[in-house]
Amino acid sequence: MLTPDEWTAVLLTLGVAARSVAFGLPVAVGLAWLLARGRFPGKAVLDALVHLPMVLPPVVVGWLLLLLLGVRGPVGAWLHDWFGVRLVFTTTGAALACAAMSLPLMVRAVRLSIEAIDPGLEQAARTLGAGRLDRFMTITLPLALPGVLSGAIVGYVASLGEFGAVITFAANIPGETQTLPLAIYSALQSPNGEETAAKLALVSIGLALVGLGAAEWAGGRARAAVGQRP
Amino acid sequence: MIEFSLRHQFPGGLALAIDFVAPDGATALFGPSGAGKSSVVGVIAGLLAAQAARVVVDGEVLTDTFRRIHVPVERRRLGLVFQEARLFPHMSVRKNLMYGFARAPAGEIGFDDVVELLGIAALLERRPHTLSGGERQRVAIGRALLAQPRLLLMDEPLASLDAARKAEILPYLARLKQALALPIVYVTHALDEVYAIADTLVLLEGGQVRAAGPLAEVTSRGDVPLAARDDAGAVLEARVAEHHPARQLSLLRAGPLALWVPLVAGSLGTRLRVRIPAREVILATEAPQGISLHNVLPVLVVAVSEDQARHTAMVELGSGEVRLLARITPDAVARLGLRPGKPVLALVKSMSVDRVG
Repeated sequence: MLTPDEWTAVLLTLGVAARSVAFGLPVAVGLAWLLARGRFPGKAVLDALVHLPMVLPPVVVGWLLLLLLGVRGPVGAWLHDWFGVRLVFTTTGAALACAAMSLPLMVRAVRLSIEAIDPGLEQAARTLGAGRLDRFMTITLPLALPGVLSGAIVGYVASLGEFGAVITFAANIPGETQTLPLAIYSALQSPNGEETAAKLALVSIGLALVGLGAAEWAGGRARAAVGQRP
Repeated sequence: MIEFSLRHQFPGGLALAIDFVAPDGATALFGPSGAGKSSVVGVIAGLLAAQAARVVVDGEVLTDTFRRIHVPVERRRLGLVFQEARLFPHMSVRKNLMYGFARAPAGEIGFDDVVELLGIAALLERRPHTLSGGERQRVAIGRALLAQPRLLLMDEPLASLDAARKAEILPYLARLKQALALPIVYVTHALDEVYAIADTLVLLEGGQVRAAGPLAEVTSRGDVPLAARDDAGAVLEARVAEHHPARQLSLLRAGPLALWVPLVAGSLGTRLRVRIPAREVILATEAPQGISLHNVLPVLVVAVSEDQARHTAMVELGSGEVRLLARITPDAVARLGLRPGKPVLALVKSMSVDRVG
């Protein structure tokens, strides 16, 4: 079976992906709501920005994160000076890189399900005395639950496999930032690493299949919960 | 009381210029589609921003574009019932009903009263998608009422229902109007709903008010778009005056007019609303003999208007405050010498007196 080092990589990957969703999903829900329901100048620009990680080489995304959040970057320096937080070459940084890469997927899933909600329902809630935040929390978000859930799962599964952005921004540190794809890559680079690579690849395939199955099951449950006939 | 004024020019060409005052009670906005009815509801509710509008409900200014006043929709406290029920699909009926109730200040409209009034007690734990169209609309009405509105706005609430469902809900609406002293603005293009509910009628056409006033007054005018319809007819507010069970007849009184009709339910003095279709009324200058007819009503001709296109004439008749309409041929107008002020007899079959509310 797996060696302790291989287990470390698997567990680290699961943890990084979970944190990636924790960081990315709230942002994705907010962006999805803005893009689905908002009317403001610059909406097309925001839309393009959100989709950028999907069309850029992941290495470029990692490098941009490095420029922005590195200890000498505008945001990174501020975080470092004021809070003593360093993101580059850390597990949190790896999760952040995964979140940036999977953001477009999550936004897309949530946005589609918000757009599918009849705006008349939000209007009805409004006439019943519900303010903007109230409407979002009691009508829009619960009805978008299937999309939020599938966005979370898609984001999680995508984070399991993120390579370029992670290795650029967080480097390849075993036990810190070396997730499954990075571990497979390292194994392939070393002599006699093929057995490790094969085992980890099998784990990757297994996780991806479990993720897809979970998405299917959760989607059905969530649709039933919000009153759509299964 | 509602004071309403609206000026709006749509990019497509329709210009709205609509002003009316709705006293307490139920006000129906009636007109064909494209007349501007739903725009009126949208502006009252605050959902539509008009170029120039003023909405005052019970003395409080909700919209005044000139003074830049626009109370947000959620703070207007107006109950809005849409054509589609718009129930929240992820909540039970009970939670739907509680949605506005929980957000409204404590008011006079109680949860149990509304549930009882609309007959929805058995539905409380169900989900909206398991309800029939009529049930959904009843729940939607209940949900709007429980938000303790100061005005109930209904935008074609029955338009998406078939005749049977409609007949199921209309009595609830009539009950609701009597049980709660709540002003209602009711938009519809169905006359039966107008007759069943409205106290005041506002006729809209092409973005303008063509006539407005008490229901009986507007329906008995010969010069409004309603009178051009095949089913034109005056609505009369009547009371039950006598019951004659042996003859299976009841006598209704509407102002100075007495109408014999087949025995009706209801104690003496009960108010009811009847409608006499204009094409069912015969005019005579002498009382006929040996005829099955019960109702020979002495009236005066108020006005005569000819419809050249259809070769018909509409005769407005009056007795005191009460008005009737008769549609006859221009030839009959000439033969009888009908002109304003002339006394005639209006012959109305008992069977032609429709009870509408």
